Amino acid sequence: MRADLLVENIAGLDEALTAVDAFDRALVTGLLRPQPAQAAGLTELANAVSGTPLAARVAEAADKAAAGSAGEDHFVALAAARTALLGSVHDALMARVAEASGRPRGAETAPAPGGRQGANLLAAARSWLSDLARAGWQGIDHDTVSGAAHVVSAMLPDPALRRLATLLDGLAAELAASCPGSALERIPARRWGDLWSRAMLLTLPGVADAPVTGTVTGRLLPLGIDVQEHATAVQAQVHAVFEPADGTAPRLVRASVSVPKPDTVVGAGLWQLLRPHMSLLAAVSDGRSMDLAEMPVTAEGDLLWSDEHARPSEPADAFATARVALPTAIDPATAPMDRHPARIAVPVFLEGYAAQRDDEALTFTVAGHPLAVDTDRIPAAGPLTPEAVAASGACIGLLRWDAGTYRVQPLAVETTVRKKAVAIHAGGWAGGTTDKAGVRSEKAATDAVAVLRERAGRLLRK
Amino acid sequence: MSDWERSSTARVTAPSRPRKLAKVPFVELADGRLQGVVSSGSDIERVYVSSVAAGTYAFACSTNNNRPCGGARGSFCNHIQALINEAVLQYGADRVARYLRVDIADGDIGAQTITAAMSSTRPPQADTKAAAPVFSRFLRHLAYLELAPTTAPLPEMQWFPPTRQVA
Repeated sequence: MRADLLVENIAGLDEALTAVDAFDRALVTGLLRPQPAQAAGLTELANAVSGTPLAARVAEAADKAAAGSAGEDHFVALAAARTALLGSVHDALMARVAEASGRPRGAETAPAPGGRQGANLLAAARSWLSDLARAGWQGIDHDTVSGAAHVVSAMLPDPALRRLATLLDGLAAELAASCPGSALERIPARRWGDLWSRAMLLTLPGVADAPVTGTVTGRLLPLGIDVQEHATAVQAQVHAVFEPADGTAPRLVRASVSVPKPDTVVGAGLWQLLRPHMSLLAAVSDGRSMDLAEMPVTAEGDLLWSDEHARPSEPADAFATARVALPTAIDPATAPMDRHPARIAVPVFLEGYAAQRDDEALTFTVAGHPLAVDTDRIPAAGPLTPEAVAASGACIGLLRWDAGTYRVQPLAVETTVRKKAVAIHAGGWAGGTTDKAGVRSEKAATDAVAVLRERAGRLLRK
Repeated sequence: MSDWERSSTARVTAPSRPRKLAKVPFVELADGRLQGVVSSGSDIERVYVSSVAAGTYAFACSTNNNRPCGGARGSFCNHIQALINEAVLQYGADRVARYLRVDIADGDIGAQTITAAMSSTRPPQADTKAAAPVFSRFLRHLAYLELAPTTAPLPEMQWFPPTRQVA
């Protein structure tokens, strides 16, 4: 990998992010009674998209918002402008990643979504988000935040609304923990700006759809597992190289499984909730490939996993896959809504680097250039530790970008333990474990879920 | 803006720490209160809904059938003390003290000192009006176990990475 390209400046990037920041600052104080500084921030956002098809609608929305009279449609327009700007940032960052990794890009584009569902709930969500924009992050209190609860409860059971429900649930929990906003010492302006504008766009019917564009048959070679979680949801994503049975070019795919959860189910409890719904998790833990037959897939390379289309196959070492199959695997397309820097997670293979620890931060020096290592993203319920990463000689990771820099999130490393070469995977416990700490964590999680199920059985259906 | 303010994945809250749920199946910092549900030691069908308000430390404890708790007269009952202990296990003492607005020197902070600091102000008894909404929030919490998983991707979860920091 050409790490030198990852530290070079990208033309126009700072300008685009400056406009995003200007809008984010307006959201900090809220748009109920905007001050001149906020009006300027809104104008800056509008100017940044003045050469695009959004120009007229966003200019109008910025005017209305600056006058304190923005309606829901105006907020949607502002969210769209912010999303478009970050889309351009995403594209520039991904062009650089493609150059650095040297892997082929797919020619496919993701189709525009369609369909409509839950119009009333979507409207209720939009209304709550508009209230947030008016209050501003500094103006939130328990009453403002609790408005999300009934919307989320009504949305969660409907799989078609799960994306927005999970997002709102995570955002509302953070806001609730941060109340009252007036007492906050610092505000995660970019983050909450991201979550707010994304939620706003997901309230438009059909935006959350990711249509199936076909099926795939062939061999799936796992690279590793990425875990994401907030207090009441967890998702595991397996990144893998897929080799079609028809001999066409191998491609990168993902397989995801997610579920809402009570906030007291943590650690190995996450794997316990997910494990029964995707046989692939056990296959990854066992170091096996899987044979897929007519598995549905989207243009973005997301397999819509169902166990009936998959069966365990030969053992497959993830590092062999990373060395041999990954370099020629085609990158999938990115859906319009997913063009965002935070969504970048590109599988990469690194070796021959020097690992350097400086306080808490770990850096790999790759071909003379520093690359930050995000060890905080390694799930606690797994055998991989920041220490093992620091002592490693080869690493499978996800290349990401946040707060101005590229960084690599380790999914697995090769290292030496007691003079023996071993591979340690972040998702090593996905299918279960005999590791002592892992068994303890599994037992604690089993007990927690048993208590909750007993309580639910006694109290819930009365 | 600092890197934290310009980060899409800035960590705002630390994840809950694992704890045993048998005694106190539900605890939360919400609606300006530390509130939760405590299982009765004697009757398996009964739970107590207990709460302490931030700032005033006004406390309340009653059963899910809205009978007052005999212990919560004049001072914190055992249910409220158990609630504080479990909240400290789940969220960490700092976050609990900060939320309740209890001022304790950093070195001494813990469930016992938080309880003692609040008790020493002779907090007032609150009415049990909050019991019903807290109990329904508990049921909502339990309902999360009944929701179906999905294998359709949730791209939004990219904004919620795990963290190795603990509460």
